[in-house]
Amino acid sequence: MSPQPVLNIRNVTKHFGAVKALTNVNFSLEQGEIHAICGENGAGKSTLMNIIAGVLQPDEGEILVDGVPVKITSPSAAQLLGIGLVHQEIALCPDASVAENIFMASTSRRRSILMNYRKLEREAQTVMNKLAPIDVRQKVEDLSISSQQLVEIAKALTLDCRVLIFDEPTAALTEAETRILFKIIRDLKANGISIIYISHRMAEIFCLCDRVTVLRDGRYVSTEQVADVTADDVVRRMVGRDITQLYPPKQTAEETSDEIILAVRNLDDGSRFHDVHLELHRGEILGIGGLIGSGRTEIAEGICGLRATTDGHVLLNGKPQTIKSYAGAVKAGIVYLSEDRKGSGVFLDLSIAQNISVLNLKALTGRLGLVDAKAEAELARDFSARLGVRMGNIDMPVSSLSGGNQQKVAIAKQLAVQPKVILMDEPTRGIDVGAKSEIHQLLRELARSGIGIIVISSELPELLGLCDRVLVIREGTVAGELGRDDMTEEAIIRLASGLTQIQAGQTPHASEHAA
Amino acid sequence: MAIDTLAAKDMRIPSWKRLGSMREAGLIAIILALCIAMSFASPHFLTLGNFRAMLMSFSVEGIVVVGMTILLIVGGIDLAVGSVVCFAMVLSGFLFLAGLDPWTASLIGILASSLIGCVMGFFVTVVGLNHFITSLAGMVIVRGLCLIITKGTPLSLFTLPPSFKAIGQGSFHGVPYVIIIFVAVVVLFDFLLRRATALRKVFYTGSNEKAALYSGIKTKQVKFWVTVLCSTLAGFAGVIYMSRFGAATPTFGAGMELNIIAAAVIGGASLNGGSGTILGAILGIALLSVVTSSLVLLDISVYWQDMIKGCILLTAVSIDHFLHKRKAS
Repeated sequence: MSPQPVLNIRNVTKHFGAVKALTNVNFSLEQGEIHAICGENGAGKSTLMNIIAGVLQPDEGEILVDGVPVKITSPSAAQLLGIGLVHQEIALCPDASVAENIFMASTSRRRSILMNYRKLEREAQTVMNKLAPIDVRQKVEDLSISSQQLVEIAKALTLDCRVLIFDEPTAALTEAETRILFKIIRDLKANGISIIYISHRMAEIFCLCDRVTVLRDGRYVSTEQVADVTADDVVRRMVGRDITQLYPPKQTAEETSDEIILAVRNLDDGSRFHDVHLELHRGEILGIGGLIGSGRTEIAEGICGLRATTDGHVLLNGKPQTIKSYAGAVKAGIVYLSEDRKGSGVFLDLSIAQNISVLNLKALTGRLGLVDAKAEAELARDFSARLGVRMGNIDMPVSSLSGGNQQKVAIAKQLAVQPKVILMDEPTRGIDVGAKSEIHQLLRELARSGIGIIVISSELPELLGLCDRVLVIREGTVAGELGRDDMTEEAIIRLASGLTQIQAGQTPHASEHAA
Repeated sequence: MAIDTLAAKDMRIPSWKRLGSMREAGLIAIILALCIAMSFASPHFLTLGNFRAMLMSFSVEGIVVVGMTILLIVGGIDLAVGSVVCFAMVLSGFLFLAGLDPWTASLIGILASSLIGCVMGFFVTVVGLNHFITSLAGMVIVRGLCLIITKGTPLSLFTLPPSFKAIGQGSFHGVPYVIIIFVAVVVLFDFLLRRATALRKVFYTGSNEKAALYSGIKTKQVKFWVTVLCSTLAGFAGVIYMSRFGAATPTFGAGMELNIIAAAVIGGASLNGGSGTILGAILGIALLSVVTSSLVLLDISVYWQDMIKGCILLTAVSIDHFLHKRKAS
């Protein structure tokens, strides 16, 4: 008889009110395998993981650990069973040190009354060093998002788990960090630990995982050996239809225009970036790549007045602009979509209509300083229809929407002011394949209509698939420009990391995201 | 298919507005139930006199609640309102006794309250302290000012001209001016909060300050002016109290801030900012007032009253929390 699966989920069903989040889902995890779970947002991945990690209780069905039925009543019960979860959302205490955060979960299991901080720091540093040279005495709030993600992973590594769940662990990581993480996951596997790996990135799944289970609309679709399927197959099972073209067609050579919408010259903020030049032509989508922390976001903030600059200027349609504040940028016609959707992109507890109108309040305000409610509703309905936001009605809070639809609302908000240039920072982070493709389509249409689009992205397939031209930023300045013909993952990585060459086949994103 | 999903989603999540009105309808139901129960329990409850007394008792506080609700929506809080009410009353009274006419004295009292709001707003937005600590200090400092101005003894203002006393004591066709002023303030701010662009920015700032900043809203300015507005309304209430009582007591309004905050929170304002309505807050203070009146009429010892009110606050907030949790899952 083959050995028992470490974890076996049988016919699990979970309702939220009248909505079935999971319907008779089956899933089994063998010892020492890396098992990918795929599905669009809302497919039930998070619900299933929350059930396994003890955050939620199933309504029906059973969970077997080593063949024994168990009830996982809380996250700490899951930990006792050896099940750990690396959250997608970073759940760290910002005021505490890295070391304290790493041992937060295991602290509750300690016997001794007093903390031995020196020992704690030493042990934390050992774990941390496996991932990245981050000083564990630093406060978490002083770390970049990608470093925080690494701390989150280090925290899970200290738990002595037999089953470790990674929920989109690479969303905020750079290529180099992703590579280190993959090595660690493979080491864990070699030690007999079973891994559940959730990701939207097909390339990662095919590079790392042994088996892949697909969920769709809360139902189990399939489980297969990764070796037996192609990325296309998996995507087709996830969406339940063929995605013939994942990215919209690019600009043709004839469409290329010499007209420059936005030009940035010698932009400098005296600390994070210096001597930045860039030009955005009419009709093109300009990509900006580079490692996280290379200054990409800061440059965008500098262009649109969210960060003070010390030198250089911005020209819009050839006219020099003096942009002192973000309000000034919006007035000039430059808008910025932040990378942190929930933190600074949308107002979760306000209605869709109120979100879309925020930049445009002045235009909606009548003589008495009152908001014209009818015009506001019209604006919101118009833009949400144009962007295909799936929602109940415009008075519902944005928090009721899926991530992809929230992002569409954030984009609608920017379009409402009829901008000339939109800078988008990670426009599709954490969004499912279907919505992602819709957003890409939308960006292409906007570009074609004459709006300048700049996309900052950490996802190489996105830069390559979507953009007509890519600028790579390294250490706060433009390291190089790649045109249509010389755009490859390798070229981007080389420019971003400053390496002269990269070993072939080492990059996790090496294979293009479906055809 | 699209229509199917729309309908399903609509059923699943009640809209923001529907939830808001649900909460207000719930409060009205609780208040009515309490009134009906009390009308059986006490013959004095269901009388015009008692209702008028109840309305009078929460009318002036209601003006303060309006300011507090807006401040809570922006994500702030003001513990100094009780002291500021007293300050406006005491300062205006003092200036009147010093020879100023009561209208000018009152205006100066209200402006001085605004100034206190400006100082607190300065510490919150420029220095960068939080509202809680700033207003805690403000509460103590302003109370100190009241004691300094009065040298610790109540000011007797029986010489106030009848035209001024009329604000607090007179009535128009049987409706006290206090109630008219209160209703006017409530209707005005309820309308403005729903419709005015300037107050919409209060919701944006309270809901997600960073996103508001990234949308070109000057969030510090918004927070500053809302702080000033809250103090100004408190000052306005203080002047009305002066007219009503014909006296200015340096200890007046101590503990009032807790009642005010409780009312706003019962009415649906979130301490995390981003939500709250004037109507809800007014129903909140009406509920507290009906409860107080009932406790008095039922002859329940004053020693018990605070405890019972505290329990009501805890229950209301727990129910709300439970409802929100259900909505979120």
